[in-house]
Amino acid sequence: MKPEDFELFSTLVKQRSGLILTPEKAYLLESRLFPVARKHNLKSLEDMAQAVRARREEPLLLDITEAMTTNESFFFRDQKPFVLFQQKLLLYLLSARKEKKHIRIWSAAASSGQEAYSLAMICLEEAAKFQGWKIEIVGTDLSREMVARARAGIYSQFEVQRGLPVTHLVKYFQQIAGDKWQIKENLRQMVQFREGNLLTNVGVEGVFDIVFCRNVLIYFDGPTKTRILDTISQMMYKDSFLILGGAETVLGISDKFKVVPGAHGLYIGQDSTYEL
Amino acid sequence: MKSCLIVDDSRVIRKVARQIFEAIGYSCTEAENGQTALDLCKTALPDFVLLDWNMPVMNGLDFLHGFRKLPGGDVPNVVFCTTENDLEHIQEALGAGANEYIMKPFDADIIRGKLEQLGLLES
Repeated sequence: MKPEDFELFSTLVKQRSGLILTPEKAYLLESRLFPVARKHNLKSLEDMAQAVRARREEPLLLDITEAMTTNESFFFRDQKPFVLFQQKLLLYLLSARKEKKHIRIWSAAASSGQEAYSLAMICLEEAAKFQGWKIEIVGTDLSREMVARARAGIYSQFEVQRGLPVTHLVKYFQQIAGDKWQIKENLRQMVQFREGNLLTNVGVEGVFDIVFCRNVLIYFDGPTKTRILDTISQMMYKDSFLILGGAETVLGISDKFKVVPGAHGLYIGQDSTYEL
Repeated sequence: MKSCLIVDDSRVIRKVARQIFEAIGYSCTEAENGQTALDLCKTALPDFVLLDWNMPVMNGLDFLHGFRKLPGGDVPNVVFCTTENDLEHIQEALGAGANEYIMKPFDADIIRGKLEQLGLLES
C-alpha cells in the first residue's frame, strides 16, 4: 500500500473511531479492507483510496471504519472479571440497591454480544437472590453489523466452545442448524444492543451500576483514553463499578477513578468507599 | 506430572491432542478404542481422559460407563471430543458422567479453555 493511502485510511479511521493504526498494522489494514473494496466494486485499495478522496460517500466510509475496528470476543473471556461480578459486585449491589431493586449494567464495545450474554447468564444463575428486581443489561458497539449479530445471538460451533462451559450451552442455547447455536429467547430478552460510539454518541442514557469496558482503551491514545473515561464516569453513581481489560489501567490517565486493591481490572469512583 | 489418556481411533487426532496436552505439562498415553483404554485404566487411572465417541470395538460412551464404575473412576475429568455435535449426544454424555464436551474440529484454545473451566489450568 502506498504511504499516502495508508495515511488516508488511518486518518479516516482515527477520526471516525479514535482507533490508531500504526504503520506496522498495514498488513491488517490490507487484509480487512480488500473485502470492503470488493463490496464497493473497487479493484484495489488504491482505487478505494481514490474513491474516498473523490467522493467521501458515507456508506464506503462507514464500511471502512467498521472493518478496521477489532471484534475479537468470546464467552466469559478471561473468566476473572465474571467471577468478580458474580461473587462480589452483584452481592454488593444486592444490599446497596435494595430500596430501588434496580441494577443497570453496560457492556461498552459489546462486539458480537458474548460479554453481555455471559453477564446475563450469571444474572439468571443468581436469579433466586434477585426476585422482584429489574436487571437491565445494555450492550453498545460502534459497528452496525456487530449490533445486528449480537441481537440475533447466533454463534458458530467454534464460538460457543470458546470459554463457554458445555452445561451453559445446553441450558442457554438452542441448536438451529448443525453448527449454529442461538441464545434462547429468555436470555436474549434480558439484553439490549444499540449502536454507540464512545467518542461521539455513546448510544445509551442514564446512569449505570456496572460498566464493562474491556480491551477498548488499548486502541486509543492518551487524550482519547482520558476523554472516554470522563464520559463513562459521568454515567456512573458514586459507588458504581468500572471493569477494564487486563492490559488497561486508569493510572496516569484519569483522576475520576481509583483501583480496588486485590481486584485486578476493577475500578471505582474517587469518592467510593467500596473495598473487597 | 499429571497424566492424560487420549482415546481416539484417528492417529492424527491423537497426535494433535498429545501435542496440546504435552505443551501444558501433561504426560500422555494413547488408546485407539474404548476397550484398550478401559484395559489401561484398570492398571492405572489417568488424571484426565480426552474421549472420542465413535470408535471400533468399544465406543466412547460405553467406555465412560465402564470407567466410572472402576474404583476411583468417579474422580478423573473425562472430556468428550467428537464430531457428534447435536444436543442429544451432549446431554447423553453429561448424563453418563462426562465433565465437558468438545465438538470437532477443535484447537488448542478450545482445549485450554475447557481445562480452565474445569480448574485444571490457570487462565
